[in-house]
Formats: sequence, structure tokens, C-alpha cells
Amino acid sequence: MPSLYHYLSLSALLFCIGIFGALTRRNAIGILMAIELLFNAVNINFVAFARFIDPQAIVGQVFTIFVITIAAAEAAVGLAIIILIYRQHKGVDVDKVNIMKW
Amino acid sequence: MENGTQTAVFYILSGLIVGSAFMVVSLKNIFHSALFLVLCFFSVAGIYILLSAEFVAAVQVLIYVGAITVLLIFAIMLTAQLYSPSIRQSNEQVIPGIIIVGTLLIVTLSVLRRTSWRISTQGIEGQSTVSIGKSLLTTYVLPFEVVSLVLIAALIGAIIIARRE
Repeated sequence: MPSLYHYLSLSALLFCIGIFGALTRRNAIGILMAIELLFNAVNINFVAFARFIDPQAIVGQVFTIFVITIAAAEAAVGLAIIILIYRQHKGVDVDKVNIMKW
Repeated sequence: MENGTQTAVFYILSGLIVGSAFMVVSLKNIFHSALFLVLCFFSVAGIYILLSAEFVAAVQVLIYVGAITVLLIFAIMLTAQLYSPSIRQSNEQVIPGIIIVGTLLIVTLSVLRRTSWRISTQGIEGQSTVSIGKSLLTTYVLPFEVVSLVLIAALIGAIIIARRE
């Protein structure tokens, strides 16, 4: 039976892949997808802790629901901003969008 | 489920998750990345079921696979001709990224290896959906209301941001 260590290692691996994607993608939608991977890694952590450390109250599962809700809000706002950037710049490459830099 | 089956299912799902996540961050065609993201979300839902969190698994399939991926694919389609394979998709930070991520992974795994967790020997009793519903409407009723306000504010904000003048 897989132990807590197995689940936490899987989550750490997924988190690192997500960070790699967020660091190296040029496309803003690709960065958003990498951030969704990060959310999933954190959620696996929450649910694993709820199962192995606190199986009576399962607070971790409740917090996973909250995290998923916030992720939905983040995706909606993020994609709206991306659509706006696309209209202004005719592209969504983040290294070309530097209007807030001086 | 017996122990051997659980271990086998865990390793199959882990392989699917890590492989599809790697595809998501490395493929040139961003549309294919979105499809691999769906596979990754489904496998994570399988991990939740393995951890006897059925309700979270259902929410994962409904919201991540059903809503967020559709939203992402809509955005990819609306930003036309940008998902052609000829456009370079990664920046110049691939090698520093690999170094940083590798260091982070090694540090995290060694810390995980050394920590001794207070593992509870009990299993989850009954259905987790019942206790989630009870705690959402008793202990966590204030965060529950706040998060619904946050969601409605974010959705109205998204509409206002993306609206044409």
C-alpha cells in the first residue's frame, strides 16, 4: 500500500514540473496551464494529509474544495487578461508584453 | 482493494500524471498541451479516489476537466494562429530552469525522507462527502461564504475586463 511519503513525492514531482513550465513557457496560456499543475500538486498534498494524518475530521479535503474554487476564479480572470493582451498586442508572448516595465 | 492492487494503481496513475504533466510543459503545440492537461487532471482524480476522497475526485472532474480546460481551449482558439508548431514556445531560461527545479526537487525529497509524520492508524469512516458537507456548513461556513463572494467578484471582473469597449 502506498504510504504518505509516496503521495508527497508524487506531489513534489508534479510541483517541480509545474514550476519548470511556468519558468520556461513564452505563451501566457502555457504559463496558466503550468499554474494549474501547481494547484493540483498542492491539492494532492492536502488530500494525502487528510487521509493519513487526520482521517476523522478530513479538513484537508474541505480546503481542497476551497483551492479548486479559487483556481476556477484565477483561470477566469487570467484568461480574460490574456484575451485583452491579445487584442492590444496581437500576441500572447509574455516576453513581448513589457508595458509595466521601465 | 488489496495492497498489491493499490500499489500497482498508484504507480500507473503516477506515471500517467508525471508523463502528461511533462508533455504539458514541453510540447510545442499548445493545443496538444491542453489535451494532455485533461489526462493529467483525470489521473489526479484517480489519485483522490485511491485516497478515499470521492467527493473531491468528482469536483476535480467537474471543475478542472469540465470547466477550466474548456476555458483554456476557448482562449487558445480565440488567440488564433498562435498555436501553430512553428512558433518557439520556450524562452532562453530552459537550462537555469532545469537547475533550479532539480535543486528544489532534491531538497524537497530529502526533507520528505527525513521528516517523521504522525501517521494516524485509523481509516476514513463512512462517506467523506457527508463530513465535508457538514463541516462546510458548520465550522467553515464563513470561508464558504467568502469564497463564493470571491468567485462571483472574479467572474464579474473577468466579464468586465474582456468586454469590448
